[in-house]
Amino acid sequence: MMPLRRFQIHQPKTVKEAAEMLSHYGEKGRLYAGGTELLLAMKHDLLRYEHLVDVKTVPGLDEIEIGNASLHIGTTVTHRAIEQSVPVREKFPVLAEMANHVANVRVRSTGTLGGNLCFAEPHSDPATLLLALQAHVHVQGRSGERTLGMEELIVGAYETTLATDELLIGIDIPRIAKSQRAAYLKFQTHERPTLGLALVLDVDGNGRSITKARAAVGSVSPKPCRSDQADALLAGPRDKVEKQLDDAAKVLADAADPVDDLEGSAEYKRHLIGVYLRRAFVKALA
Amino acid sequence: MKLSFNLNGRPIEVEYEHQETLAEVLRERLNLTGTKISCEVQVCGACTVLIDGLPVSSCTLLAYEARERNVVTIEGLAKPDGALHPVQQAFIDEFAFQCGFCTPGMILAAKALLDENPKPSREEIVHYMDGNICRCTGYVPIVRAIQKAAQKLSNEK
Repeated sequence: MMPLRRFQIHQPKTVKEAAEMLSHYGEKGRLYAGGTELLLAMKHDLLRYEHLVDVKTVPGLDEIEIGNASLHIGTTVTHRAIEQSVPVREKFPVLAEMANHVANVRVRSTGTLGGNLCFAEPHSDPATLLLALQAHVHVQGRSGERTLGMEELIVGAYETTLATDELLIGIDIPRIAKSQRAAYLKFQTHERPTLGLALVLDVDGNGRSITKARAAVGSVSPKPCRSDQADALLAGPRDKVEKQLDDAAKVLADAADPVDDLEGSAEYKRHLIGVYLRRAFVKALA
Repeated sequence: MKLSFNLNGRPIEVEYEHQETLAEVLRERLNLTGTKISCEVQVCGACTVLIDGLPVSSCTLLAYEARERNVVTIEGLAKPDGALHPVQQAFIDEFAFQCGFCTPGMILAAKALLDENPKPSREEIVHYMDGNICRCTGYVPIVRAIQKAAQKLSNEK
């Protein structure tokens, strides 16, 4: 492999300065966090940038804070910091467990949650789980700040709705209520998941009935997907929902519209959605 | 440009450019060729070095990220008198390598694991070492070596 082409790294001290740098360098520049995905694409000469804006030099973006209503994760928090965070392990075990299984320990040490979402690699574990958890991201550009849902942020393979001068500064995840059960499962034989499936269920006191469900599937197609219709089939008395799991999986697979790729055929991935939805259901309610 | 960091316990300053990876600086500018480069995409673990105790893929991590931090390579594990680190000795005792190409990365990843979790279960070892690939041994002796090193390190304490 050829060495990386020449580039210069810039060190903004504020989000505003980073936004100005991104705007100034335009297509010749890119925001740089952990670099675990960006640098690989640059090594393969699939992307060329002359300027990298190191968001890690902006203070305060690497913090994890648990509030009354939500968990805030700064954009430069690494997967490892999430997996090791005691409050995350206690209050968001599903998130800590997912983070503990992203790629390998070296990638987890350097890769950041914000970078992962902004790169919008289709085979991303965090994006799928965050979609099911109804996370929002905070984005800031030269002219102001906005908040986006996961579906508004990631719109295709390697494609987000961020403007040239905008950067993701943090992620907010609503607190998981006592009545909620969450599970994230993935199927992986290579370096990236073939399928990731997240399920969040609101259950009544004795667990016999599901009042609300939210499922998301990722890695099978260009971006993580969910379906209101599938979620509706996943709510109701538990024995009824169990009988509807195959139908819900079919609807979810239709929404995701899996693609053939090196990880498997579309048909195979549709089959996996059925298997993993059932497993996630059992795990969430265990 | 000058890069200053702590390498194997000693402060060092080296000329570099922003696009250079840590492995390039270590191997080509500092002649520390114990760090091996193989897949070049952070999958195989051959290029593993430790930064502030954490394993990283030096083939992709920019040398820039090492500024003012502590870097440990395989050359920094043995004591100055040549006595091997318990993980290194355990790899020899358990025949945990054949061609040896993955070994520096394996040993550094194992050291990081044991520093963080001195008594890992077999499952914890397998999960942590999951990103280091060996094409010779079939992993059984590697896991055994790490278990043995863990035992030796805990006896030393």
